[in-house]
Amino acid sequence: MLRQIEGSRAVAETVALCRPEVVCAYPISPQTHIIEAVGVLVRTGALAPCEFVNVESEFAAMSVSIGASAAGARAYTATASQGLLFMIEAVYNAAGLGLPVVMTLANRAVGAPINIWNDHSDAMAVRDSGWIQLFAETNQEAADLHIQAFRLAESLSLPVMVAMDGFILTHAIERVDLATQEQVDAFLPPYEPRQVLDPADPVSIGAMVGPEAFEEVRYLAHLRQVDALTAIPAVASEFAEHFGRSSGGLLRPYRCEGADTVVVALGSVLGTIKDTVDAMRDDGLAVGVVGITSFRPFPAAAVREALAAARRVVVVEKAFSIGFGGVLSTDVAMALTGSGTPVTTVVAGLGGRPITGASLRECFEAAAAGRAEPLVFLDLNRSLIDRDLERSSARRRTGPTAENVLRDLGTVASGPT
Amino acid sequence: MEEPFAITLDPGSSRANRTGSWRVERPVYVDRLPPCNDACPAGENIQRWLYAAEDGSYEAAWRSLVEDSPLPAVMGRICYHPCETACNRAQLDETVGIHGLERFLGDQAIEHGWGLAAPPADSGRQVLVVGSGPAGLSAAYHLRRAGHRVTIRESADRPGGMLRYGIPAYRLPRPVLDAEIDRIVATGITLECGQPVADLAETMTSEPWDAVFVAVGAQRGRDAGIPAGDSARILDAVTLLRGMEDQAPPMLGRRVAVYGGGNTALDAARTARRLGATDTVVIYRRTRDRMPAHESEVEDALDEGVRMRWLSTIARVEQGSLLLERMVLDEHGFPQPTGELEELGADTVVLALGQESDLSLVERVPGIEIADGVVRVGSDLMTGRAGLFAGGDMIDPASADRPPEERTATVAIGHGKRAARAIDAWLAGRRPEPVPRHEIAGFDHLNTWYYSDAPPTVQPRLDLARRQSTFDEVVGGLDESTALFEARRCLSCGNCFECDNCFGVCPDNAVVKLGPGLRYRFDYDYCKGCGICVEECPCGAIVMEPEQV
Amino acid sequence: MPEFATDGGPTAARESGSPGSVEPPGSGGAGAAVRSEDPPGSRDATGPASPSSGQPVKFYQVGSFAVGNRLLDPSYRTVQSDALRTNALDSGHRACQGCGEALGARYALDAAMRATGGSMVAVNATGCLEVFSTPYPESSWRIPWLHSLFGNTPAVATGVAAALRVKGRPEVRVVGQAGDGGTVDIGFGCLSGMFERNDDVLFICYDNEAYMNTGVQRSAATPPAARTATTEAVGDEPGNPFGQGKNLPVLAMAHDIPYVATATVADLHDLERKVERAMEIRGARYLHLFVPCPLGWGAAPRDTIRLARLAKETGLFPVFEAEHGVVTAVSQIRRQVPVEEYLRPQGRYRHLFDPADPDGPPARPETVRRIQEIADRNIARYGLVGPAGSDAPGEAGPSDPSGRPYETGEAR
Repeated sequence: MLRQIEGSRAVAETVALCRPEVVCAYPISPQTHIIEAVGVLVRTGALAPCEFVNVESEFAAMSVSIGASAAGARAYTATASQGLLFMIEAVYNAAGLGLPVVMTLANRAVGAPINIWNDHSDAMAVRDSGWIQLFAETNQEAADLHIQAFRLAESLSLPVMVAMDGFILTHAIERVDLATQEQVDAFLPPYEPRQVLDPADPVSIGAMVGPEAFEEVRYLAHLRQVDALTAIPAVASEFAEHFGRSSGGLLRPYRCEGADTVVVALGSVLGTIKDTVDAMRDDGLAVGVVGITSFRPFPAAAVREALAAARRVVVVEKAFSIGFGGVLSTDVAMALTGSGTPVTTVVAGLGGRPITGASLRECFEAAAAGRAEPLVFLDLNRSLIDRDLERSSARRRTGPTAENVLRDLGTVASGPT
Repeated sequence: MEEPFAITLDPGSSRANRTGSWRVERPVYVDRLPPCNDACPAGENIQRWLYAAEDGSYEAAWRSLVEDSPLPAVMGRICYHPCETACNRAQLDETVGIHGLERFLGDQAIEHGWGLAAPPADSGRQVLVVGSGPAGLSAAYHLRRAGHRVTIRESADRPGGMLRYGIPAYRLPRPVLDAEIDRIVATGITLECGQPVADLAETMTSEPWDAVFVAVGAQRGRDAGIPAGDSARILDAVTLLRGMEDQAPPMLGRRVAVYGGGNTALDAARTARRLGATDTVVIYRRTRDRMPAHESEVEDALDEGVRMRWLSTIARVEQGSLLLERMVLDEHGFPQPTGELEELGADTVVLALGQESDLSLVERVPGIEIADGVVRVGSDLMTGRAGLFAGGDMIDPASADRPPEERTATVAIGHGKRAARAIDAWLAGRRPEPVPRHEIAGFDHLNTWYYSDAPPTVQPRLDLARRQSTFDEVVGGLDESTALFEARRCLSCGNCFECDNCFGVCPDNAVVKLGPGLRYRFDYDYCKGCGICVEECPCGAIVMEPEQV
Repeated sequence: MPEFATDGGPTAARESGSPGSVEPPGSGGAGAAVRSEDPPGSRDATGPASPSSGQPVKFYQVGSFAVGNRLLDPSYRTVQSDALRTNALDSGHRACQGCGEALGARYALDAAMRATGGSMVAVNATGCLEVFSTPYPESSWRIPWLHSLFGNTPAVATGVAAALRVKGRPEVRVVGQAGDGGTVDIGFGCLSGMFERNDDVLFICYDNEAYMNTGVQRSAATPPAARTATTEAVGDEPGNPFGQGKNLPVLAMAHDIPYVATATVADLHDLERKVERAMEIRGARYLHLFVPCPLGWGAAPRDTIRLARLAKETGLFPVFEAEHGVVTAVSQIRRQVPVEEYLRPQGRYRHLFDPADPDGPPARPETVRRIQEIADRNIARYGLVGPAGSDAPGEAGPSDPSGRPYETGEAR
């Protein structure tokens, strides 16, 4: 059913169709609209039976989900940014215990400085936690990925995180074709836990594992993620059969035929990138796009295949590893090992900085011409940087950089310097 | 359930981990000797029979009791219960009333007609027991239980010795005594009363006895040689008490003076009171705290109106009066005369200055050794004459290789049992097997936290008016509920009573409960040797021992 | 049968009868004195009526203090006395010798198992109990058990309870358990949330007064003057400072949850009764269980229960119950002892005594006095010492929701 609907609401209603049995959440922008909406659905009885638990922190939110999942309930929560980092210990734990929790991550920058706007640094912070991480390009995909997420999580006994860009998607009102209950019920069987807390079969879950077996435990977790590389496209194609539209999968190439330069990215920025590529194609430039849906497990073989014909690769990413460079780029470069294809990392959109088509085009053209630096910070305000560098070279310590930059921008009053 | 590798484990799988290997010390169950048992001259296993009584198994308790002492109804009344003096409970609140329970069980047995077990196969050996006092009865009983043919030869008309002729009826009603003696005799003992043995040497050569046990007691009152006028009425206490068994009780008059400070003196005084003496005085040369008589007897006598004259000796007795000399205690606590005299009106003077044995029957036995009026025996109670054993008041207790004891009926019962065991061994050509004695379960071995506070049960007492005019029994017995109550005050010192503490407090579940009456065992596969069970055992029945490496 | 009189006796109980009548214990004064004797929280350990008095015969000897009592009907004995108890924590675990926590966990969970008919799930925080019970490949648990993290146990338990409710299995009950660190420190946020939402979980804190698993570091439950690896016995005021510490039972009460109780491993009957009571109630319940740690306290393994008993009998650890924020019952001190008796056997207080003369007078009498003051304040505040001769069970203490049921230190 097509509706003009806010992304958060679309996700909430879709999640409700998945019949989660325990939902808990702690409010954090920009995730709030999702859990508010789920909360209303529970309160009104539209989603039943379901326990909606108002917890005292994200740490508790994930912990309640762990408990609920271990006791055999389908568990769902949502968070963002600081919230994800506050629950990070439990995030790792859910994966380590193999509990199929599904969580929406409304991507947002991580402070300090505190910043409520979108980027992917939160998701990247839990990259190694053992969760499946799926990135939505659109609100339609965000909604659809949740249906697939429960299916994947429960069949693989792994938690799945659906990442959707904060504000850009969560707060955007656009057309979404919402699934019906019948469709979802036909696609998503009831949760059959692999292991469950049950007085009739009193196992101990969560043992301490020492050096003698820890590496094996981790290796087995890795194998399950490798399995997911098969399961994710399988579920996506099954989804397409049931719902008549394509969503999810490992990655999606766009106009890669004959492309010398291929741009790789995650999430909603793919829309802007595709527009830019369309324009460049119109101008005769051989540029293509590969949108990655499954960041973890990382589909290295599929990426290598998709980029096999490319002469150069540009990775646009809304996060970076301070002191080194791109995060996604590293994975892409690893996938291309031996091909000799150069990879340019374009760090963009941090903390909600708009990513414009113009900037992207300039960047892609430079790359296509072989002029791009290996690491590019899109639309960096050099004057602000230079002023701070100058100041710090003049005096060894000048207080917090963030404050100085804001002062230079005139956002806060200038004090004596 | 599909368990993830390593993260999820099967229940109780840690039992594969035998933590017993950590142990450097191991707990071991022991039975320590309860102080009551240790103190009992009759060798009763008091803790054991109390254990049976605690759940109301009175017959089982009685059967356990008569393993050692065949006269519980008697002894529960007259024993001065050194067990209670030793009782650890006294350090907690008050001693367990063991004597009252013993009497209760004895009375239950009489009431319900519980009989003693039939002896085993006849050994064909014949043993003569001379004297039917507590030592003789006890020896005869135990010998009979060992399968021997036993004959008791008694000079008096009735059996019981001093139980009958020395203890007043208000302390020991005669039907009780008769019932218990009858029961012993009914096990197949030949009892010959009115048959004095004049010369045991002759008896032993002319009659076919395989062994003889002699216990004729100390039935003769000691004479202090007090100057007395011809018409002074002087009587010894033994004679007085013996006379109570005759048809006509002795005539004492209104004013009676009893000379002496032992239990017999008080028995005599209290008897005099009941015979109508309105003025009964006990004259003793030292002070109350030095009196050999038991405190309870003094209390009872005072309650009944007997007066006490401490620090006094009788200088002379005349008709109707006597002359007292006041004494003082010197620095060693000995009484010294002061020369201060005082006259006291008295119709009769009863002398209670101790008793001695008439040993004429053994004087001619070859090899026998007599010194200071008592017969010397070995640790097996055998005299210098092979096959002749002796016990009770007539022997020198120091020679019996045990700490000198009081001359009491309980000691005599113990002698009887020891002698029977020794005779049995001697007849079989064995040495008597020493009975292993466990370490005593002292108060320090107990963890008294676990015992409920429980005030002692008080046995009811006859009202005073009747105590002064009748020979009705003074002290009442326990009933079923009070007996149960009192039995449960026992701390079971040194002996497991299955309180489940060790089973409960073990952090490693390394104690196995074996079921009612079977106690517990340690599972050394898992016991880490922490020792909590030892510390928390209420009765001190667990010890730690170093692990053998 | 002659008439008997109760003439004269040293105790009041003996004098209560009227002359000329038989006065067996169990009726009248003696019986009354007897009945008031049993420990607080004990069951009414009575047997058949006595034939003569018509009054119940008391089961003495060990009464209700020991684990079992062959004289009691099995239904009156503790769960631990039952040869068929669950042994929720089974043999082969790797707890130290004499571990109070291992003991306390089995006591509490076996009782909970009985109370729930075996329909129970436990969630366990990281800590000694978790580490010593479930090192791969062996688990000591015989109950469904889940370990997630150190600080999230109450929330995980909430999740389990929510799942069971939504799954239509409300008969399966949830117990959360943690050490004092996992409860009063790192787990407190989640615990407070669980309390505040009144989630249907019994949360048990096994309080051994420090972080033992990591090597004896101070927690907010560490008592004043105690030496830990992070409050060393050096300097002017050696050991843990006075005036600090978090009183979890009171904080729990402040949430107005239906049930809060404290208990020790030294009084099994009391502990089991409280677990049973807790399981009768729905909503958030909190049990603060005092479990000595031989290793961390520098005490002999055999003294674990003794020390727990002394903690209560000194007044340092008040044992009480509260419902909806109001104290409803206090376990009174049975044999009061000065705090010195509790401190002396423990290495963590060794600096208070003279190493050359450990049995002699305290080397730091002022510190001992301050600890005694804490005990005295607890005694006064809770009415831990009853009127002389009264060992009355289950007497309600002063209900003082604003007061601190037990002191962890002096006011700063």
